[in-house]
Order: sequence, then C-alpha cells, then structure tokens
Amino acid sequence: MLWNTVLLALREIKRNVMRSVLTILGIVIGVGAVITMVTIGGGATAQVKEQIASMGSNLLMVTPGKRLGPGQSSNTVLFKVSDGEAILRDVNSIAAVAPVSSKSIQAVFSNQNWSTQVTGSDNEYFRVTNRSIGKGRPFSDSELRNGAAVCIVGETVRKKLFGGQESLGGNIRLEKLSCQVIGILEPKGQNTMGMDQDDIVVIPLRTYQRRISGNQDVAMFQVSVQQGASTDKAQRDIRLLMRERRHLSRSDDDNFNVMDMKEIANMLAGTTQLLTALLSAVAAVSLLVGGIGIMNIMLVSVTERTREIGIRLAIGAFEREVLMQFLIEAVVLSSFGGLIGIVLSLTASLWLAGVLRVPFVFNGGIVVIAFLFSAAVGVIFGYFPALKAARLDPIEALRHE
Amino acid sequence: MNMIAFSQTDIQSVIELQGVTKIYGTGQAAMHALRGIDLRIDEGEFVAVMGPSGSGKSTCMNILGCLDTPTAGVYEFKGIQVGKLDRNQRTRLRRFYLGFVFQGYNLLNRTSALENVELPLIYRGVPASVRRARALKTLETVGLKGWESHTPGELSGGQQQRVAIARAIVTDPAVLFADEPTGNLDTARSREIMDLLTGLNRDRGITIVMVTHEPDMAVYAKRVVRFLDGLVEKDEQNGRPT
Repeated sequence: MLWNTVLLALREIKRNVMRSVLTILGIVIGVGAVITMVTIGGGATAQVKEQIASMGSNLLMVTPGKRLGPGQSSNTVLFKVSDGEAILRDVNSIAAVAPVSSKSIQAVFSNQNWSTQVTGSDNEYFRVTNRSIGKGRPFSDSELRNGAAVCIVGETVRKKLFGGQESLGGNIRLEKLSCQVIGILEPKGQNTMGMDQDDIVVIPLRTYQRRISGNQDVAMFQVSVQQGASTDKAQRDIRLLMRERRHLSRSDDDNFNVMDMKEIANMLAGTTQLLTALLSAVAAVSLLVGGIGIMNIMLVSVTERTREIGIRLAIGAFEREVLMQFLIEAVVLSSFGGLIGIVLSLTASLWLAGVLRVPFVFNGGIVVIAFLFSAAVGVIFGYFPALKAARLDPIEALRHE
Repeated sequence: MNMIAFSQTDIQSVIELQGVTKIYGTGQAAMHALRGIDLRIDEGEFVAVMGPSGSGKSTCMNILGCLDTPTAGVYEFKGIQVGKLDRNQRTRLRRFYLGFVFQGYNLLNRTSALENVELPLIYRGVPASVRRARALKTLETVGLKGWESHTPGELSGGQQQRVAIARAIVTDPAVLFADEPTGNLDTARSREIMDLLTGLNRDRGITIVMVTHEPDMAVYAKRVVRFLDGLVEKDEQNGRPT
C-alpha cells in the first residue's frame, strides 16, 4: 500500500514538471547560497588564522611618524641603521632586527617588465618575516657591506620576468640599478591583507640607499622578539629606547610608532569573522527567500490540488493515503532540491576558494542546517495545505475554487 | 481494518433514507437544502432524480454517495447506518461499493485516461498487471480504445465523461451515482452516454442513481424521483418499456 502511495507521489511530481522544478529551484537557491557563503567565509577566516600562525606572534614593527596611516606630521624623523643596531643591542630578548626600506619600481628583464616592490634590507629580513630562500643563496656579508648589485626575487617576479627561463644569475634592471639574481624566495602566497607576498625584490639595504633612495634613511624596522619572551615588554622597551635616542621630553608625543603585528592580525581576524557573520546573515535571508518561494509555489497550487484531493477522496482514497502522498511528494522534492543545492554549492565553493585563493573549509554543520531548514519549509508548506484539504468533506474539496 | 458487515435481512434494498435533512449555515442564514427525505432504492434500479435548481437533488445525491453528511435523519446503505460510520469507514464504502460520475468530469489533469481509470484500483490495492488489464478493458467498454494515453486536455467533453464513467465502473460498484453526467454535452454525445449507462444497468446489474434536469435524459431511467424545495414531490415508474 505504501509502495502504491510512493508511486502516486512520484507520478504527480513527474506530471507537474513546472511546479516540481520551481519547488526544487527554491530549495536549491536557499541551500546553495547559505552553504557557499558560509564555506567561503569560513575559508577566509581559516586563512587569516593560518597566516597569524605563520607570521609568528612575536613580530613588532617600528615606523616613524605619529601613527600608522594618514595624518603623519611633516616633520617625520626617519630612522638610521644605527637605530636598529641600538634596538638589538639595548633591548632584552630581541631575536632579530631587520631594517626595511621599500619602493615600487618597474623591474625589467630583456623585453619583460613588471612593477614590483623593491625592498632594501639584509638577511635578517628573511628571518623576521619567516621566509626562506628556495633556490640560490642569501646575501653574503661583503655584498651587504659594499652595497653590491645583487637581488633575491619572489616567485611572482621570477615568473613575470623570466617565465620558463633560468633566472639565477640573470640581470634585472631596477631604475638605474642593474642587479644579478642570486636567490629565489620560497613562495608564500597572499598575506592577511590580500597582498601577494611573492611580488617582491630584495636587495641589500646599502645598495638601496646608494642606488635608489640616495640617502642614509631606513623607512622602518621589523623586529622579532625571542620565543617565550613578552612582546608587550619588548614593545615598551623599544619605545623608551627610541624616545631616549630622539631626545623627547616628557611632554612630547612619540614621533614614531611600535606596532605589534599580532594585534593587527587579530583585528583582521575579527573583521573576517564579522564578515562571515554578515555573509551568514545574507545567506539566512536567501534561505528565507528561497523558503518563501517554495511556500508560494505550494500555496498557489493549493486550489488545483484541493480539487485533486477531493477527487481522490471521492473515489475511495483514505485521508491518510492522500496525506502520505503529499508528504512523500514534498519530501522527495525538498530532499532532491537540497541535494542538488549541496552539490552545487560545494562545487561553487571549491571553485571560488580557488579563485579567491582561500582554503576550502568544509562545514558539515551548515550543510545539515541548510538542508534541514529547506526540507522543513518544503515539507511544511507542501503538507499543511494538503492536511487542511484532506479533512474537508470530499464534496467541499471538489467544489473548491 | 474494520470491515463492514452487511445485514442479509433485506437484500433488495440498497439505499434507504428516512427523514434526511441537510441544513447549510446556522441561525437566520440557515439554508434548508433537504427538509426530510424518505426514499428507498432497490438493487438493479435506474433512478433519475429530477427537479429545479436548488431543489436539493444534488445535495441528496452527495449524501447518498457519502461525499457529504446529512444534518439529521437516517441513511442506510445495504442495511448499514451510514451515520454511525466514521470517516474512514465511509471512505471504505466509497472505495468498494460506490462509483461517481460528475458533471464536471473531475479527472486528474495531465494524467492519461488509463491512469485516471487505474486510480480507484490503486486505492483498492489491485496488483499492477490486473489493474492495467481491467482499466484497458473498461476503457474499451466505454468506447475509448486507442485513447488510453491521452490526457483530459487532449480529449473532448464526451470522451472525458466516458473516462469518468470508466473510472467509476472499473471497480464494479454496487451503485453508480451520476450528477448531471450529460450537463456539459450536446444531444448526440448525451445520447451516447445515456446508452452507455442504460447498458451498464441492464447488462451488469449496476444500480444507477442519476441527477438530471433534462427530461430527455430522464426517460432512459426506469424510475423518476422529482424534488421540489428539499422534499420528494413525485416518485413514479417510467412508462418506457425496458
């Protein structure tokens, strides 16, 4: 008997192609949107967390000027190399200090050119930023001391300039400077702010000062604190040291800034989580809209279906058989739509994750929730109007206009 | 499953109504559709129920067909008091003993003639192969051989009514109820339908109760019951030889 009811339900689904497709579509959209948004959002959050971990929680940035961002006063006093040496020497528990100056420059190799970030620093830079040289070698002491025309390039720069050619030993031109590639950095991908960390050329600081900036200044220091040591204390100590070196009186504000990268990273992580929450809210709305779509289709077809119920009752169907049929129809359509939605959204998420370069993080919870919600909407709005109709006297159901 | 046991005392009577009333609405707005109907229909009869619009003939037939419930009075079907049956038992009565033909055909849309005719058999739990064979044979009986796979939208009014008749008789019902079966048809199609019904009554012994307001159609019946204002006005055997 149940099998017969299943048969009747499937026949009705097949017969009313338009209604079935629209119902399924509503559920596909609802389920698909939620899963895609939450999955991508989750991936972005996971990526930020991963980057915080890879960045290390012990990085400080010392920059001139009052604070990061706009509003820097014009009388900014830049750093000298000696400031970095002083930090390493006078502040406890500092692991490494890297002086960093950089500028966006068009790099040229034969007929290829590529605009990239040229950074002047030393070998400490790789240690502080947690990078390693994949091919080739770091700068030698004499190269650093003498300001030799050598450079270490990131993967993006290598690819853009050299393509398939051998890059080690090649000479690239940076403005007036022609320098030899001695090393390739291990690829690292995007950073928290979405910047390509492989789009970089590193040259010795001395070379940068002489050939590019033409002065003795250092734009900032990146400082890594020893494992297990307090970054807060190091931050405080660096601040006191710099105030002393810059002869600031008690009433003077700092004319430099010591930032904890962890704070920035955490802030970004918070932003990403907020974004995920927002996306989820949008997704919830689309689920609701999908649900309303399903509801409309179901309710619009109620008149026709009420007559159908009347016919079935009149020719001898039990109320429970009619209801079971409608329930099966609703469940089949909802589950089918839900499954399509899941498959589509996971495919879309995988693709989007690739395009947006975020990891694909499968969130089983949201898949289940989205599926159950849509299925519930489909079943409720498919079933309850039918329940009302099936309880009528057959003649009333038949007369329904 | 609670089966219905029929009393054997009065085998002849299929339908017996005693003082059946039907009131729609309450208070001032109450509409008395039936004001106390006494009616007895025996096995093998072909009864035409006539009367002007609003005389209660359709209401009466819906009650007879267990599609509607009376407000008061006793309805016995083969000795069973229908008023004492619950909803499911009344459904069971419809499923196993009654067939319906409606004025508006009431076929399932987008559903082939064959599947429409199979439907009552599905609810009876008849196995698929038997079901199909019976449905095909019944469609042939009503003259629709070759039209099995057509949906109601692809059939003419007369053909749709034949499908509806096939659906009603495929279960070999004890009583066939027809509510203005020719109401939407032209004279020629109406005659065909009436010949079909007459044949079913004569050859298969199916008791037929037919509501109509066309005297031309009523002459096919053996007996004519006239309704007026919710009461039986006249009840007479047709002079027409059978």
